[in-house]
Amino acid sequence: MDIRIDKIRKEFGDFPALHDVSLNIRSGELIALLGPSGSGKTTLLRLVAGLEYPTQGRILFGEEDASWKSVQERNVGFVFQHYALFKHMTVFDNVAFGLRVRGSETRPPKAEIRRRVEELIDMVQLSGMEGRYPGQLSGGQRQRVALARAMAIEPRVLLLDEPFGALDAKVRKDLRKWLREFHDRTGHTTLFVTHDQEEALELADRVVVMSQGKIEQVGSADDIYDRPQSAFVFSFVGDSARLPVTITDGDVIFRGSGTGLRTKAANGARHIFFRPGDIQLKSEGPAFEGRILSMRRLAGARIAEIDAGLGEGAERVEIELPLGVPAEQGSLIRFLPHRFAIF
Amino acid sequence: MALGLSLTMLTLIVLIPLAALALRAAALGPAGLYELVLDPRVFAALKISFLTALAAALANAVFGTLTAWVLVRYDFYGRRIFDALIDLPFAMPTAVAGIALTAVYSPKGLIGQYLAPLGIQVAYTPLGIIVALIAVGFPFVVRTVQPVLEEINRETEEVSATLGANRFQTIFFVVLPPLIPAILTGFALALARGVGEYGSVIFIAGNLPFKSEIAPLLIVIKLEEFNYAGATAIAAVMLAISFLMLFVINGIQSWSQKRFGHG
Repeated sequence: MDIRIDKIRKEFGDFPALHDVSLNIRSGELIALLGPSGSGKTTLLRLVAGLEYPTQGRILFGEEDASWKSVQERNVGFVFQHYALFKHMTVFDNVAFGLRVRGSETRPPKAEIRRRVEELIDMVQLSGMEGRYPGQLSGGQRQRVALARAMAIEPRVLLLDEPFGALDAKVRKDLRKWLREFHDRTGHTTLFVTHDQEEALELADRVVVMSQGKIEQVGSADDIYDRPQSAFVFSFVGDSARLPVTITDGDVIFRGSGTGLRTKAANGARHIFFRPGDIQLKSEGPAFEGRILSMRRLAGARIAEIDAGLGEGAERVEIELPLGVPAEQGSLIRFLPHRFAIF
Repeated sequence: MALGLSLTMLTLIVLIPLAALALRAAALGPAGLYELVLDPRVFAALKISFLTALAAALANAVFGTLTAWVLVRYDFYGRRIFDALIDLPFAMPTAVAGIALTAVYSPKGLIGQYLAPLGIQVAYTPLGIIVALIAVGFPFVVRTVQPVLEEINRETEEVSATLGANRFQTIFFVVLPPLIPAILTGFALALARGVGEYGSVIFIAGNLPFKSEIAPLLIVIKLEEFNYAGATAIAAVMLAISFLMLFVINGIQSWSQKRFGHG
């Protein structure tokens, strides 16, 4: 099912949670809504589900305007971070719930419900646990019950709100892989909310980066990581270093002296962004210069925290130093990023 | 240590007095006891006491649950004051509640004057007893259901809606079942309280034998006649019936705990 979010605006009281957000989701896509808390990603998900209604704008399911449809009519599968399982029902009854509450004209016969529920429980690898109660399951198992329950109604779209947020790191990784395979097998249009960029980049076909109620960028993991379109995306996704620079006719000037870097950005005070690993050390020629404040060892490299202000107000950045380079706390380092962006 | 202490307390305060009561009543002998219970006036009083308590506890189960829901889910001006008011029947001398209710519900009272033309008489009838028992038993269900309701996540209801359940189905299949053990506890407490209630009832009941005379009042009457054996016998019968009822409720409760209480 294609989903079109068309200039959605949502206000809670006077507080605007979403400003004119538009997004087209293709049928079968796996989309991540990524952003810090308060960015509006969960609000957007709830609007698609029909748990909230927009202040302005439209939400289309295919050609049908669903903006004012009730949550029951929308037929969406929703999975909450804390599962929201019905604790007084067994795994089987939880999964069967969506089919059993249907009106008599659309409710499948008992045997059919049983067959479908068992099939779903099998699909989420919980066969044999039909009779257990949620309290008797682990976190990862509960989340899979929640997913099976959402799938039981044959939803037009699957919406997951921080689906792995309450799980520990190991289970999270396993379940992430499992969800990707699950999605590839079932082909449901899926939206999930996360604040974990690794999760978003690894899992999604396209990532929607949100901040302060706006969409900052939509793109594949490569687009988001390698070609960030804004300062926010650059600093939110992946490690980044940032220094204040001045642009004069395409030249990047740092503290009054040219760096030899060229840009298409317009004249004025800007910031240069780069990844800590995207630098070359320079022994001569124009470069950024700074003193090493501290160093820490990662697996294959060292991370040096550098004060590029050199006494005139601290400008701290972190860069990656190859292991062979002689450097210690207090030594001067000259470097240039070979990939960067100016915002 | 804690076990020993609580057992000692239970023995001193509950078991020994009750045993003394049973012993006293036994002095009448089985035939005497039988005769006493079958005495039409005693029988009528027992019936009134238990039926009105049952009706009041049922009403409290419904309205107490509703009130707990409102207190947990709605945010309105004065909610905290409303919340504090719930406990008032616990704090007030029950006689005060009885006198106040009588004043309000008597045929010339604030509310009674509008009910009288409709042919509804509250004061001096079993209906009045029920009203008084609802008032004194009201906090029980509210206070037992409220904490359980607070634990129930709103997300559970939202998920139910996304699965296609209408509001009615969500309330009856999702929200209410986990509350049943707590509602039963509150119901049992309100019932027990209602059976033994004296102070608030005697003012509003009118105490007409065979019509609105409750068993505890009959005990007092017997005491005033220095008929100690008769008084203890009625008490013993009430005790036996109450015990049986609480036993049954407890059974239902532990069943419902198993059935609905998984959390």
